Amino acid sequence: MTTLNLTRPATALPLLLFAGLAAVPFIAGALGQPFWTSFFARILIYAIAATALNLALGYGGLVSFGHALFLGLGSYAVALPAFHGVDSGWVHLALCLLVCGVGALAIGAISLRTSGMAFIMITLAFAQMGYFLLVSLKQYGGDDGLPVSATSRFGPLNLGSPLVLYGAAWGVLALATWWMARLRRAPFGMALRGARQNARRINAIGLQAQRLQLAAFVISGALCGVAGLLLANLNAFASPSSMAWTVSGELIVMVVLGGIGTVFGPLIGAVAFLGLEEVLKGMTEHWMAIFGPLIVLMALVGRHGIIGLLDRLGAWKRARAEVAPALSEGHA
Amino acid sequence: MMAALQTEGLVKRYGALLVTDHVSLDIRPGELHAVIGPNGAGKTTLINQLSGELQPNEGRVHFDGHDVSALSVDQRARAGLLRSYQITSIFEEFSVLENAVLAALAAKRHAWRFWRPMLDDSAARPAAQEAIAAAGLSAQAGVAAGELAYGQRRQLELAMALAAQPKFLLLDEPMAGMSVQESTAVTELLRGLKRRYTILLVEHDMDAVFSLADRITVLVYGRAMFTGTPDEIREHPEVRAVYLGEETV
Repeated sequence: MTTLNLTRPATALPLLLFAGLAAVPFIAGALGQPFWTSFFARILIYAIAATALNLALGYGGLVSFGHALFLGLGSYAVALPAFHGVDSGWVHLALCLLVCGVGALAIGAISLRTSGMAFIMITLAFAQMGYFLLVSLKQYGGDDGLPVSATSRFGPLNLGSPLVLYGAAWGVLALATWWMARLRRAPFGMALRGARQNARRINAIGLQAQRLQLAAFVISGALCGVAGLLLANLNAFASPSSMAWTVSGELIVMVVLGGIGTVFGPLIGAVAFLGLEEVLKGMTEHWMAIFGPLIVLMALVGRHGIIGLLDRLGAWKRARAEVAPALSEGHA
Repeated sequence: MMAALQTEGLVKRYGALLVTDHVSLDIRPGELHAVIGPNGAGKTTLINQLSGELQPNEGRVHFDGHDVSALSVDQRARAGLLRSYQITSIFEEFSVLENAVLAALAAKRHAWRFWRPMLDDSAARPAAQEAIAAAGLSAQAGVAAGELAYGQRRQLELAMALAAQPKFLLLDEPMAGMSVQESTAVTELLRGLKRRYTILLVEHDMDAVFSLADRITVLVYGRAMFTGTPDEIREHPEVRAVYLGEETV
């Protein structure tokens, strides 16, 4: 069994963060600040999308510059049926998983014939195709987007309610993160991470690197679609702009900022990215001028982002703890 | 007796260059068969065609009674035809144990599992540990492969091929770049593996080849010039002239 090492800051802190995030709606309710619930719901949703991307990008080494496509497809999997009067969440979810899964399968099968820069460009191109396709659908709002006339209804639960949505987003993120922690050490995750390090050897021991990567891309796309489904319910709106290439870029930055290939990195990255954006926006309208250099600094400082920094902090503390008794013995 | 691995007239050309020139090999079950030859004789190219990483222009490969010419490298690996690399090819971020367990699982098609930790696999882990012990790396089982010394990386290369519990091992210069002590250790390891596996060994270390091999094929300019026992090779005038001329055997 894998056991959680709670003395490791890079594990303990994210778990505390999860607990804190669970308390947000109650605190916001007590303070009469419902804005905070929807703000943190947005963080949770982007954390789900970043976690999904991390499977392809961090574990699989597939630099997808088109994951916003799945965020957008997931949004429209709510908005389009709702436009036609279907408010069943099960239909929305099934449509979301089907469209994103099949979409990721097709895009992955084509894109994985290439690698490196070409892979980045092809995934970007597919996302742009999706963007312009939705912009061209004038009957569904075109580039104005489409209001979600009926939010997803799962039996008695309606994702239109901020509390239900928050709970759903928290639950999906917690399950996804737990699964990613398991998957990282499970045979599939190990083989996928092996394929990133040395695809030739993966084939030589009897696996197919490309097939592993395609499976990861499909799971990643489908999970990212679920984030889109939640996003459409949060905003009661689906817009082609959620598919913009800048969104794909932001997801990559979140993963890299938090710690690429780590379990909690995407969550930490989403919190840091969106939190920082919010704080800086409140300080100055030229917030990008501060935000940009900070991201560059993070990229320069650590290969494993914030999680990497926390790990170094843990190592430093351990080293001090080992030195301290030795010193006091010297005094005694 | 049926051959474990057989090639019929393998030909590989790179443009006008004939790298493999109608090579027909016949390796018997349980045999340790060495392929020697000067640099550029096409030894690694030959191994790559046997493992399936290269497609020959002509000729066929039979393994275990089946024509495997059309099978890809992963299909041949799952059929029990495993290889090691001359240039170490391991998973640097994983521990020695993880490298070997992954190799053991992959050969059994057990990599499509999404929940339980790989290291908990009750069949692959013992197989991997046995392979690591055979390769003499037990003390380093928990060390990241990227942090191993050169000789240890070569040992891991072998352990990964062994962990898959293959029927047939294609070993591409397992002693390349090793110190004398390390080569001696690997020679002893291979002696221990002999008879348990059928082995095709490509190696430059002549002491090792002549002490280990049942039969030796001499490859010159892509052509299998002569195949025979170590004694026959030593006495063959043409082989001496072409290849062993300068060496004392």
